[in-house]
Amino acid sequence: MYNGGKIILGLVIFIGLFTFPVFYNMGKTAEAPKPSIDTPVINEMEVKQCVESKEWMKANHMQMLDEWRDSVLRDGNLEYVSKTDGKNYVMSLQNTCMRCHSNKKEFCDKCHTYANVKPYCWTCHIAPKENEI
Amino acid sequence: MSINRREFLKIAGASTLFGLTGTAAVEEILRTNADAAVLKGPNALNAKRWAMTIDVNKIRSEEEYRKITHACHSIHNVPDIGNKKDEIKWIWEEEYENSFPGLSDEFVPDHIKHKPFLLLCNHCAKPPCVRVCPTKATFKRPDGIVAMDYHRCIGCRFCMAACPFGARSFNWRDPRPFIKEENKEFPTRMKGVVEKCTFCSERLARGQKPACVEASNGALTFGDLEDPNSEVRHVLSTHYALRRKPDLGTGPSVYYVIGGGTEHA
Ligand code: SF4
Ligand code: SF4
Ligand code: SF4
Repeated sequence: MYNGGKIILGLVIFIGLFTFPVFYNMGKTAEAPKPSIDTPVINEMEVKQCVESKEWMKANHMQMLDEWRDSVLRDGNLEYVSKTDGKNYVMSLQNTCMRCHSNKKEFCDKCHTYANVKPYCWTCHIAPKENEI
Repeated sequence: MSINRREFLKIAGASTLFGLTGTAAVEEILRTNADAAVLKGPNALNAKRWAMTIDVNKIRSEEEYRKITHACHSIHNVPDIGNKKDEIKWIWEEEYENSFPGLSDEFVPDHIKHKPFLLLCNHCAKPPCVRVCPTKATFKRPDGIVAMDYHRCIGCRFCMAACPFGARSFNWRDPRPFIKEENKEFPTRMKGVVEKCTFCSERLARGQKPACVEASNGALTFGDLEDPNSEVRHVLSTHYALRRKPDLGTGPSVYYVIGGGTEHA
């Protein structure tokens, strides 16, 4: 073997550098995001209930919004019947979701930033003006 | 499935590479969850084919024109960019000659020749803009409204080339800084998409007539062209009315009342 030592040393350095981020972050827990529901409208509610259960919304809100969009735009529908409380809700991100969740920065952005997803809703839908209510 | 323009282009490009047609990719994207419980609004206005009549002789001053166009542009967050090249318009004024080019004649009476006509999307029965749109961002609803899904528009502007009425505007720049007062209940558009009049589909869903009709003091009427008892049919059966460029065969749904009524309107 020619220069075996150097090759092995090189490999060790390479692997060390390559896996540095893994070891660097090991043992540190990234704090799980805690989206806030402290808004005037939600605080007024006796039963703090979204259009569906919290768990379901956590897992499915993105699909639901996607279906709402097609249902409203393509099929001319307006209302969604909740599977949780049987009530009708107007399908509107801007007028229904954000009326309660008027704290986009402390609600939407908390998890989206944590999960590094960048929904492009707000290039067109007007986000609530925060601290102005 | 969340998809933006860029991703759509990627999928469309990849499908082409694999010898699939662009349409197959679109069909895949359009699939929705069919069994979700959704409803029309309790007050929704419905029609087989929505249509509008415009009687410009009933609009008497520049102020009245502005009231109508402002009603539309303010509730729909249409920006006022202030130069012709970047202009965004859903409803606007144009002289007779440019509104009805095939019919301009030197002996057209002055009160018609120099009267501004109100132009907007005609919600054509056979809309060429729908035929050319590669993404189905522009589509025709069962009630005749030619609608747009801005989420899906890739800004190719094929529809603008296809529309013979100049009813569409392209957002060359971010429209937001040019919206004086945002209507917080309606979205804006973004740079890179095309937009136009929606026949106020969002208002019809809630039981309201179009904003321009409401602001027009009776000069504009709106109703179902296929219902013989509707307001538009009443106007059309008692007045002589023109459509823009009917010879092109797109079947506009906006009628311009020219002649006086056979009964006092
Ligand atoms: S007027 Fe133009 S944009 Fe409107 S439906 Fe007809 S072709 Fe399409
Ligand atoms: S620019 Fe017009 S033709 Fe192109 S995707 Fe958008 S709506 Fe369709
Ligand atoms: S129908 Fe609605 S969107 Fe179309 S011009 Fe009138 S107000 Fe504007």
